[in-house]
Amino acid sequence: MNFDLTDEQRMLAEMLTSFVADRYGFEQRLAAMGEPGGFSRARWQELAELGVLGLPFDEADGGLGGAGIETMVVMEALGRGLVLEPFLATVILAGGALRIAGSPEQKTARIGAVVAGARIMALAHSEPHGPRHTVERIATRAEPAGAGWHLRGAKTAVIAGATADEFVVSAATDAGVSLFLVDRDLPGTVVTPRRGYDGVALADLSFDGVVLAGDALLGAAGQGSAILTELFEQANAALCAEAVGVMADILAATTDYLKTRTQFGVAIGSFQALQHRAVDMLMQVELARSMAILAALSLDRAPRERALNIAAAKAKIGQAGRFVGQQAVQLHGAIGLTEEYKVGHAFKRLTAIDALFGDADHHLDMIAEAGGLIPLG
Amino acid sequence: MNIDFTDEDRAFREEIRSFLAAALPADLRRKMIERRHLGKEDIVRWQRTMNARGWAVPAWPVEWGGQPWTPTQRYIFQEEMALAHAPEGSPFNVNMIGPVIARFGTEEQKHRFLPATANIDIWWCQGFSEPGAGSDLAALKTSAVLDGDHYVLNGQKIWTTQAQHADWMFALVRTDNTGRKQQGITFLLLDMATPGITVRPIPSIDGIRDLNEVFFDDVRVPAGNRIGEEGRGWDYAKHLLGHERSGIARIGLSKERLSQLRHLEADMADKGMLDDRECARLRRKLAEAEVELRALELTQLRVVAADAAGGGANDAASILKVKGTELQQRMTELTLELAGPAGLAVPGHDDHGDDRDLDPADGQGWIAAAAPYYFTMRKVSIFGGSNEIQKNIIAKTVLGL
Repeated sequence: MNFDLTDEQRMLAEMLTSFVADRYGFEQRLAAMGEPGGFSRARWQELAELGVLGLPFDEADGGLGGAGIETMVVMEALGRGLVLEPFLATVILAGGALRIAGSPEQKTARIGAVVAGARIMALAHSEPHGPRHTVERIATRAEPAGAGWHLRGAKTAVIAGATADEFVVSAATDAGVSLFLVDRDLPGTVVTPRRGYDGVALADLSFDGVVLAGDALLGAAGQGSAILTELFEQANAALCAEAVGVMADILAATTDYLKTRTQFGVAIGSFQALQHRAVDMLMQVELARSMAILAALSLDRAPRERALNIAAAKAKIGQAGRFVGQQAVQLHGAIGLTEEYKVGHAFKRLTAIDALFGDADHHLDMIAEAGGLIPLG
Repeated sequence: MNIDFTDEDRAFREEIRSFLAAALPADLRRKMIERRHLGKEDIVRWQRTMNARGWAVPAWPVEWGGQPWTPTQRYIFQEEMALAHAPEGSPFNVNMIGPVIARFGTEEQKHRFLPATANIDIWWCQGFSEPGAGSDLAALKTSAVLDGDHYVLNGQKIWTTQAQHADWMFALVRTDNTGRKQQGITFLLLDMATPGITVRPIPSIDGIRDLNEVFFDDVRVPAGNRIGEEGRGWDYAKHLLGHERSGIARIGLSKERLSQLRHLEADMADKGMLDDRECARLRRKLAEAEVELRALELTQLRVVAADAAGGGANDAASILKVKGTELQQRMTELTLELAGPAGLAVPGHDDHGDDRDLDPADGQGWIAAAAPYYFTMRKVSIFGGSNEIQKNIIAKTVLGL
C-alpha cells in the first residue's frame, strides 16, 4: 500500500502546476473563453508540446504509455486552473475509444495528430429528449448501405463538438449500439455551437443521412455499449480528479478570503460559524481526494470491481463537489456570485461535473442494485 | 501508488483472523453482533484471553507487553478485531493510562501498574471532566494540596464512565491557581478505596448506569502516585488523547455494522417483514453509507501509509475522528430504522450487562438492542474532544484561521 507519487509523476504534477500558474490565471482563462471555438489553440499546442496529450496512449501508437495515475495528476492540475481545452473530450473520450477499439489503421491515421495537438476529436453520445444515463437506448441509427452506412439522428451537448475535426458517434444498428468515426465535413452533418454554463464549449449535432464508408465503424458492430461503459468509467475517474483540483483550489481561495476580508473590525475567519463551514469543506475535499485515488487505481481492476469503485467515487465526488461549491459561494458572499471572480466559475464547473456521465444519485442507485461494493484488500 | 496490502500484511491478517475465530467465546461474539451492552466480567474475560496471547496492549512499548507492529499492522489488527466481533479492551486501561505510565511514569510505577493494567487486574476510570470543565477541560477546579507526603483532594468529577467498577482512577487535579490555567494541573493516580471518595451513578438515556459523579472529601493520595512533575499534568493528558491514529476512524466497526445491516435487511426481506419500497429505500441508504465509509477508509489508509513511511501530520488525519464518529452514528440510525416499532421494547440492565436469553436460534436480539445502542452512541461525537472542538482545532492548525 502506497499513496505517494513516483518521482516522474511528481515532476509531471509540478510541470502542470506551473503551466496552470503561468498560463492559466483567471484573466487568461476569460480570454481563452472568448476565442473562436471557446478555448485557446495556443494553450492546446503548449499542452501538446509538454507531452500531455500523448500521456495515455500506448508508446507503439506514439504516446507515452501512462496509466490512471498520470491522468489523475493531469486532471487535478487542469481542474485547479478550470482549464477549458478539450483534454477530456479528445484524449480521454474519443482517444479512449480509439485505444479500446481502434484498428491499427484507424489509430495510425489519428493518434499522431491528436498527440501533436493538430486534431480535435469529440464523443457524440447524449441525445436530445433521450434517456439521461444510458449506453443502450439510442435513437440515432446507422443503416447498412453498400459497403458503408447511412447515419441519421441528433446528438446534444457534445463536448468540444464545435471545433472537433471528427466525432465518435454512437448509433443503433441491427447488431446493437455501435460507434462510428464521422468527419465533421461530411455532407449532411450540421454542427450548432453551444456554450455550457461552466464555460466549456459544446455543440449540438445532426446527421441527415450522412454517408459513411465501411471503415468508419469503430470496433465491432454491436460493441458500442461495452466500449461506452468503459469510456464513461475512464471519463468519470478523470472527472473525479478534475473535481479534486477545482475543490482544492476554491478551498484555498475561500480560506484566503476568510483571512483577509474584514467585517465588524475583524477578519471574518475569526467567526466560529464560518470556521466550521470551512472545515466541513476541507473534510469533503479530503474524502473526495481519497475517492479520486481509488477511481484511478481501479481502472485496471476486473470489470465489476472497477465499475463499482468508480461509481462510488463519482457518487461521493458529485455530492462533495456540490457541497464545496455551495459553501465557497456562501463564504465569499456576493463576490461569489459574480462572473468576474473565479469561485463562481468553479462552482459551475463542479455542478457540471456531477451532471456528466451519471450523477451522484445514478451511481448510488447502481451500487444499491448491485448489493454493495466489493471489499478492498 | 497501489492500494494492495503486501503478502506479509496479508499473512499477518490471516494470523489475527484465525486466532480470533478460535478464541472468541460464542456468547461474547453474539452479544457483540447484537450490540448488547457488555458487563465488566465480559470485558475482563476477553482482555485476559488477549493478554495471554500477547495482544491486549499492542501499542504499548514492547518491554511492557506491546508488539513491534507497523502502523499498517496495527490498522489490520483493529480491523480484524472489529470484523471478528471481538470486544475492544477497556479504553481507559489500554489506550489511556497504560501509554501515559509507560511514557511518563517512574520505574516503580511501571512495575506496579503496567502488568496489572494490561491484564485488567486493575480496572481504571478517567477523572477528567468536572461540572464546570467539559470542552474547556483546563478550567478544572478539583484541588490537591500537598500535606507532608500526601496530596489532599477536594472537589468533584463527573461523567466518569464505569467508576462503579473501578479499582483506580487517573485524575487531573489543580495544584496551582496562579498562571495560565493549563499550568498548575497535576496528574494523579488514586485508589478508589481511599476514604473520602463517593461514587454516585447517573442513569443515561440508553437505560444503562455506566456514568457517575465522583466526589472527593479530604481524600489523601500519596505523593508517590503523581505522574511526572507537579503542574505538568496537562502535557501528559495531551499525550494520552493524541498518540494513536491508525484506528481513530473506527473503520472496522463501521464495516462490520454495515455488513450486519445488509445481512439483517436481506433476512427481513426474506421473511416478508419489509415491502419492496422499504427494501429499495434501505438498500439505497446502505449504499450511500457504504460510499461514505469507503471514502473514509481510503482516507484512513492514506494516513496509515504516511505513518508507515515515517510521515508527520497531514491534512487527511485531521478529519478522521469527526467523520469516523459521524459514520458510526449513521450506522446506529440505520439499525434503529431497520428495527422499526419492534425496537421500542428495550431490555433491562444490571452490572452483568445485557444477558437476555442468548438463544442462537432466535437471532432477533439486535432488535431490542437497537435503540439503546443508537442512544448511547451519541456519546462518540461528544467525548474525547467534541466534534465542534475538533473543528475548532482543524480550523486553527490546518486552515490557519
